[in-house]
Amino acid sequence: MHLILFFIFAGCALAGAVNLLLQSHPINSALSLIVVMISLAVLYLLLGAEFLAIAQIIVYAGAVMVLFTFVVMLLNAGREERTRGSRAALALGFPAAVAIVAIIATVILRAQGLSTAGVQQGITSTAELSRVLFHGLLLPFEITSVLILIAILGAVALARQGNGDGERKAGK
Amino acid sequence: MNSFLTHPIPVSWYLLVSAVLFALGVIGFLVKRNLITVFMSIELMLNAVNLSFVAFAHQWHAVKGQIFVFFVMVVAAAEAAVGLAIIIAVFRARNTLAVDRINLMKL
Amino acid sequence: MTILEFFLWSLLKVVVVTVVLLLAVSYTVLLERKVVGRIQNRWGPSRVGPFGLLQTLVDGAKLFLKEDLTPIGVYKPLYLLAPIIALACSLISIAVVPFGAPDVGGPGINLFQIANVNIALLIILGVTSVSVYGVALAGWSSNNKYSLLGALRSSAQMISYELALGLSLVGVVLRAGTFNLRNIVEQQAAKGFLTWNVFGGLQILAFFIYLTAAYAETNRSPFDLPEAESELTGGYHTEYSSMKFAMFFMAEYGNMITVSCVATLLFLGGWTSPFANLHWFPATHNPVLLAFASLFWFVLKVFFFLFLYIWVRGTLPRFRYDQLMNFGWRVLMPLAILNIVGTSLWLAYR
Repeated sequence: MHLILFFIFAGCALAGAVNLLLQSHPINSALSLIVVMISLAVLYLLLGAEFLAIAQIIVYAGAVMVLFTFVVMLLNAGREERTRGSRAALALGFPAAVAIVAIIATVILRAQGLSTAGVQQGITSTAELSRVLFHGLLLPFEITSVLILIAILGAVALARQGNGDGERKAGK
Repeated sequence: MNSFLTHPIPVSWYLLVSAVLFALGVIGFLVKRNLITVFMSIELMLNAVNLSFVAFAHQWHAVKGQIFVFFVMVVAAAEAAVGLAIIIAVFRARNTLAVDRINLMKL
Repeated sequence: MTILEFFLWSLLKVVVVTVVLLLAVSYTVLLERKVVGRIQNRWGPSRVGPFGLLQTLVDGAKLFLKEDLTPIGVYKPLYLLAPIIALACSLISIAVVPFGAPDVGGPGINLFQIANVNIALLIILGVTSVSVYGVALAGWSSNNKYSLLGALRSSAQMISYELALGLSLVGVVLRAGTFNLRNIVEQQAAKGFLTWNVFGGLQILAFFIYLTAAYAETNRSPFDLPEAESELTGGYHTEYSSMKFAMFFMAEYGNMITVSCVATLLFLGGWTSPFANLHWFPATHNPVLLAFASLFWFVLKVFFFLFLYIWVRGTLPRFRYDQLMNFGWRVLMPLAILNIVGTSLWLAYR
């Protein structure tokens, strides 16, 4: 059962990622990325991380990617154009990427002590996760909240029309 | 039949999936010419790394690995908000999203 | 229970629940037309069948047989995908909803729930957050300015109100200490309606925040800006006809039913009776009767919420867009956070 689910969703994730590269329209790429994220959520479930699986769907598929599609729709971004620069990147990029995969794969396959995975070996409950997060790692958690606040302020400052005092001119 | 249904999956397979996803993200980052798609490739790389974290957390029974993923998600969300705001600002100034056309420090 | 048995039972439950849900959707449409008719001092549909009861079936047949138009300018793959996403998202969440007393039909079978999972509440929230794409893609791929405006409005509205929606549920989760819907219901069951979250749990504020945010999430009046016909000629589904339009229509009512189910489970004690255990009543020891009683209470409460939906639609005028955003961010969000702080302080004090 796990094996079948693993193959289906790992396949979906990889196919989605390849499709992201092949599609020339950004909205198609965005949709393939959503497929990748939802398949990854299922893989997290298979690894017993149930809270993360659903956080992946809510945060990534439901919020981050909505922002992406929103921007694509807002800017009405058309198909991308091929240029000379991209051909150079193509020539250099593919061997580099294949090399990365080959190196990582040999390391993984040679590694000692990697066991097998299955839900039987225990699901991390949300309570357990929150105990670790809010007891041991409270300070990092609070710092990320500051980070988010800064990100919100930055996004508002960047996306508003014109520079600082431009609101009067642009608005009216 | 029953042994096939309950056959365990090696952790290394998850790591391989994660590695391939990461490489595809790198390729996308280098090859794609649209600013939004380039940004999406970065998100793909972050997701690939997350899968590794979860697989290792499962391997070593360490909840902290999952907390890492949690933080990566938070940072990715913040990064998406700021990054897309920058993309909108760039589009307003240049009226294009092609990476090759955005090559001047100043208009 | 072998894997095969489990598989067959699940399949049976899925089929039955889907059929019942689709029937419920079509009769909610009829209920809405009837009640809104009465609110506006007219009869509503009354010709087809007794009291117009067959009206929805005839409507369905009409939509099914209509010509399926695809405008030239649309972006076809997404234009076809959008209604499927919308309908699928509205039907999936029902899989984790428990309709009646647990463990009916023997151990492991769970006649009144398709899947009892630990993170049921989060799954419902997750599916809701993905359902944005149905609307957004429909509007964008239609290649029509009204559709696009409707889709942009709707995406912004759904993202904004999702925050208030999620935060309003935190109080309930804090009280129950679990995301499992069945445990949340059982935690409220002790003394009938006195221990329901909305009264005994002191979650009345969260209850109203949830209802308001959920009305906005489902694009229902008074927050139906994405399809405001007087401004946008139908919003995101302007370019859809026949069965594809019907799918959006069914998705909207399916979402209404899901929201009503969740409100029932989280705030009104789910399938439990409002009078706690009626031990003095002889028939309550009959297990079959008990199972049906739980189903009855659940359906009654869901019906109450559906009626409320329609009542609100017949009563309130539509918000303006800036009012909508202001209300979501400046009123509902702070109130929801206040509710979380209050609930956690109270739990800590106890």
